[in-house]
Amino acid sequence: MSPAPILSAFRQALGEAWAGGAGALLPVGFFAGAAVLVPLGVGTDPETLRTIGPGILWVSLALSSLVTLERIFQADAEDGSLDLWLQTSAPAASIAAAKTFAHWLTAGLPLALLSPFLLLMFQAQIGGALLENMLFYAIGGLAFYFWGGVGAALAATVRRGGLLISLIALPLYVPTAIFGALAMGNGPSSAAAPLFLAASTLFALAVAPFAMGAALRLAAD
Amino acid sequence: MFSWFANPHRFLMLSSWLAPLFYATAALLIAWGLWQGLWVVPKDDYQGGDIMRVMFIHVPAAWLAMASYLGMAVMSFVWFIWRHEVADIAAKAIAPLGATWTALCLVTGAIWGKPTWGTWWQWDDARMMSVLFMFFLFLGYMALRAAMDTRQKAARAGAILAMVGALNVPLIKFSVDLFTSLHQDASVITPEGPKMAAVYLWPLLISSLGHSLLFAALVMTLMRAEIWTRRAAQIRARLMTGD
Repeated sequence: MSPAPILSAFRQALGEAWAGGAGALLPVGFFAGAAVLVPLGVGTDPETLRTIGPGILWVSLALSSLVTLERIFQADAEDGSLDLWLQTSAPAASIAAAKTFAHWLTAGLPLALLSPFLLLMFQAQIGGALLENMLFYAIGGLAFYFWGGVGAALAATVRRGGLLISLIALPLYVPTAIFGALAMGNGPSSAAAPLFLAASTLFALAVAPFAMGAALRLAAD
Repeated sequence: MFSWFANPHRFLMLSSWLAPLFYATAALLIAWGLWQGLWVVPKDDYQGGDIMRVMFIHVPAAWLAMASYLGMAVMSFVWFIWRHEVADIAAKAIAPLGATWTALCLVTGAIWGKPTWGTWWQWDDARMMSVLFMFFLFLGYMALRAAMDTRQKAARAGAILAMVGALNVPLIKFSVDLFTSLHQDASVITPEGPKMAAVYLWPLLISSLGHSLLFAALVMTLMRAEIWTRRAAQIRARLMTGD
C-alpha cells in the first residue's frame, strides 16, 4: 500500500474547496449568517446574548457542517472518481478520512477562527476564554465533520440527500455538542469537559472512517 | 446457531405457531398487568398519586426502546458479517416497532412528569434525552433505507448506520449523564435485588414480559409479511419473463 492515493485524495478535496470562485468562503458566510439571525429572533438584550452566544455558535457550526457535507462524496460518486479511488491500493477508510479531514480544514477550521469575532458581537469579554473557545470549536468541529461524513457517505447516491444527512448525523453530534457546551460553561463538570470533548473527537476519528469506507464501497456498487 | 434460523422456510414454520402463541400470551399478561396496575395496587403519593399507574406502560416501553435498538443493531451486525437475509428482514421489521415503543415511552413519560415534576420535558434529564436521540436514530434508519433504490443497498446502508448508532448510544448516554437526572435511581435491577415493593414489582415484570411478547409477535408478523412480499415479487418477475 502506498500513501500516494491518500495524498491525492487529500489534495483533490483541498482543490475542490477553492474551485468555483467563493467556494471556501461560502461555509463562513453561512456560519456567520446563521449566528447573526439569532439576536434578531430572540432579542438583543446583552446579558441574554452573552449567555447564549457560545451555544449559538455550536448550533451554527453543526448546521454549517451539514450544509457543506452533502457534496463531498456525492460529486465523486457521480463523476466516477469514487470508482477510481476504490481501485487503488489504499483502504477506502483512509481515502474517506483524508477527504473529510481536508474538508474540515477548508470548511470547518475557518469557522473556528471566525468564532472570537462572533463571540465579541455576542457581548463576550475580551480575554483568553475567546482563544480557548476557538480551540473547542476546532476540536468539536472535527468530530462534527467526521460523523457528518458518515451520513454524507451513506447518502452519496441519494438525490437531494441533504435532509437525510441531517437526520442521520444529528444524534451522532450530541455527545460532542454537550461536552463542548459544558467545556465553555461554569458548571461543576466544566474542568473535565475539555478532556471529554477531545475524547469524543478521538472516538469519531477512530470509528467514522471505517463506516465511511464501508458506505463508499456501497455507493460505488 | 444463526445459520439454523437463517432459513426463511424454517422461520415461516416456526413463526406460524409461535406468533399466535405470543399474541395470546401477551394479551393475557398485559391485561393482568393493567388490571393490577389500574385497580389493585395502592397508589404511591410520593410518585404523584394515581398518575404513577402509568408506570405499568412507561417502564415496559422504556425497556423495549432500549432492547429493540440493541436487537436491531445485533441483527444488522449478523447480516453484515454473515449475510443471512432473515437477519436483515428482522432489522427492517424492528425499526418501525422500536420507534413506536420509544415514542410511547416519551409520551407516557411526559404525562407522568407533568404532575409529578411539574414539567412535560426536562432538557437536562439524561434518560429523556438518550431515549429521544434513540428515537431519532430509528427515524434516520428508516429514512435511509427508504431512500435506497435496491433492497440490497438498503440493507447494507441500514446495517452500517445501525452499527455506528449502537456504538454511539453508550457515548450519548454517558454525555447526558453528566447532567443531573430527575429520574429515580435503578430500582428493579440492583446488586442487592429489587428495591421496589413486591406489590408493584410483580405487575411491572408481568407487564414488561407481556409487552416484550407482543413486540416479538409483531416483529414476526412484519417479517412474515416481508418474506411473502419478496416471494410474490419473485413469482411476478418469473411470470413477466415467461420462464
